[in-house]
Amino acid sequence: MRLLPPPRVARTLWAVQFAYMAEYRAEIALWALSGVLPFIMFGVWSAAAAGAAGSGGPPMGLSPAELGRYFVCAFVARQFSVVWVVWQFEEDALQGRLSPYLLQPLHPLWRYVAAHLAEQATRLPFVLLIASGFFLLQPQAFAWPGPGRVLLGVLAVGLAFAIHFLLQSLIATLCFWTERASALERLLYVPYVFLSGLVAPLQAFPPDLQRLALLTPFPYLIGFPAQLLAGTPMGREQPFSIAGGFAAMLLWLLLLLPALAVLWRAGLRRYSAMGA
Amino acid sequence: MATVMARGLCKTFRVADKQPGLAGTLRHLVHRRWRSVQAVRDVSFSIDAGEVVGFLGPNGAGKTTTLKLLTGLIHPSGGALEVAGHRPFRRERAFLESITLVMGQKQQLIWDLPPLDSLRVNAAVYGIPEREARRRIAELADMLELGEELTRPVRKLSLGQRMKAELMAALLHRPRVLFLDEPTLGLDINAQARVRRFLADYNRRTGATVLLTSHYMADITALCPRVLLIHQGRLFHDGGLAELSERLTPWRQVRLELATPLPARELARYGELEALEGCEVRLVIPRERLTATVSRLLAQLPVLDLVVSDPPIEELIGRVFRQGSLEPEPR
Repeated sequence: MRLLPPPRVARTLWAVQFAYMAEYRAEIALWALSGVLPFIMFGVWSAAAAGAAGSGGPPMGLSPAELGRYFVCAFVARQFSVVWVVWQFEEDALQGRLSPYLLQPLHPLWRYVAAHLAEQATRLPFVLLIASGFFLLQPQAFAWPGPGRVLLGVLAVGLAFAIHFLLQSLIATLCFWTERASALERLLYVPYVFLSGLVAPLQAFPPDLQRLALLTPFPYLIGFPAQLLAGTPMGREQPFSIAGGFAAMLLWLLLLLPALAVLWRAGLRRYSAMGA
Repeated sequence: MATVMARGLCKTFRVADKQPGLAGTLRHLVHRRWRSVQAVRDVSFSIDAGEVVGFLGPNGAGKTTTLKLLTGLIHPSGGALEVAGHRPFRRERAFLESITLVMGQKQQLIWDLPPLDSLRVNAAVYGIPEREARRRIAELADMLELGEELTRPVRKLSLGQRMKAELMAALLHRPRVLFLDEPTLGLDINAQARVRRFLADYNRRTGATVLLTSHYMADITALCPRVLLIHQGRLFHDGGLAELSERLTPWRQVRLELATPLPARELARYGELEALEGCEVRLVIPRERLTATVSRLLAQLPVLDLVVSDPPIEELIGRVFRQGSLEPEPR
């Protein structure tokens, strides 16, 4: 079977999934609204910074405006790298809907990729609305990082989505062995929230924890793309560098892709087509 | 030439045994017990190109497992298998393009969108050029008598319309081998008849090979000159439907509605009296005497209504398996 779907398949799958997601636009708006953790964390860190005023420089080396910008960008990065394939895949496997997908000459995971990309397109207006609302309330937080940084940021968000999708697909593939693979995904949730940069930028972490976090894929899912979009300084004495960040992302992709292929092949041998 | 060939096909599942209650749950957590279930045992058959074969058996007999093996959804535990020149579990593109599986109780159409959207996806996935896809959709819609239903969300279609749309989605790529698992399940009599007519027509037009499971005897009699009968994973019968039907049902049930009640003694002259409630009578009559007996009933009794029926296929098959052989139950 081909690795990539032909353009017509990709186009049609996306268009049909977009039509499907548009049916659920109200639910998607609520999902977008529910991802406001970065704004809450901004409030917490701002209050902490105000309480500690006069005790030194800005918290984590970021001014309040930079901090605000970072958390808006973290919100945006999360909105476009959210992955739910494990729950959908598990439900499809248990309900027997996976079987018809397996009988078509297209890797079933492409359907889920199309569904995620279509959902992101449906999310876009709500995300823009929420981010614009934040900048209206906190105009000092807005700064144009330049077209290069925006392009690199968009590319990083795309790669973050790819890594997150592969990571969760690996767990979803465990559905071939255990009926409740989504429970395993919960194990990753805590490191994801704390190490990705959703709670605080990586600069806030002690150096040892920073080094440890950078050995995992999590900081590249939110923190790295958010700092690119926010125009946060990168390079020497910063947790991320542009080249290092992209190299790490590519490395994770190169590790996860073959791992998924191997696990998928082994899983298919175990598949019992339950519920179908 | 055989399109489907199975030799000594076996499938064994390993399942965990769990006793009910708290003690059973705790034991299950600490020391899980496994047992092997042989769903398919040493099954051999072959189906030639263009044949329409009925696949019968009670629930849990191994029909669906065999279909899953034949379509490559699951790996066999033993035996040899070839479908359309391929080993199914390799799931090569050419194989997937040459088969289809329709499950009456499952759907591949996208629930909230019109069937046309699912058909567009299938056309793209199977690489059918857009113009050709439109032509095939029109042809199938015509054969299945579907029109504006194709632009209505699937959730708003009746069960019969949904099944017809499912068939369109399953056949758009013109598969050479059709595996149909209960394609008329839950449909009303008219919808069942339309689906049967369509399948017969499709087989005639395209020469596709069809393996069909159904609990409705009418599906089997209308479509399948040959049947495979499976029970507890073993193949019991492979042969003509007439031969099987003769062996399973050498008698018919005749229901009568009389203008006036008659004594049981008088009715018993025509056949075995199964039930008598006022003017409602149920007789069992050997098949070879059916025509003559029905003529006598109509000529000699005040008959208002008369219905001759086959027992449901489930009942026949259930009886065969209770007996453990293909010999009919003595009456």
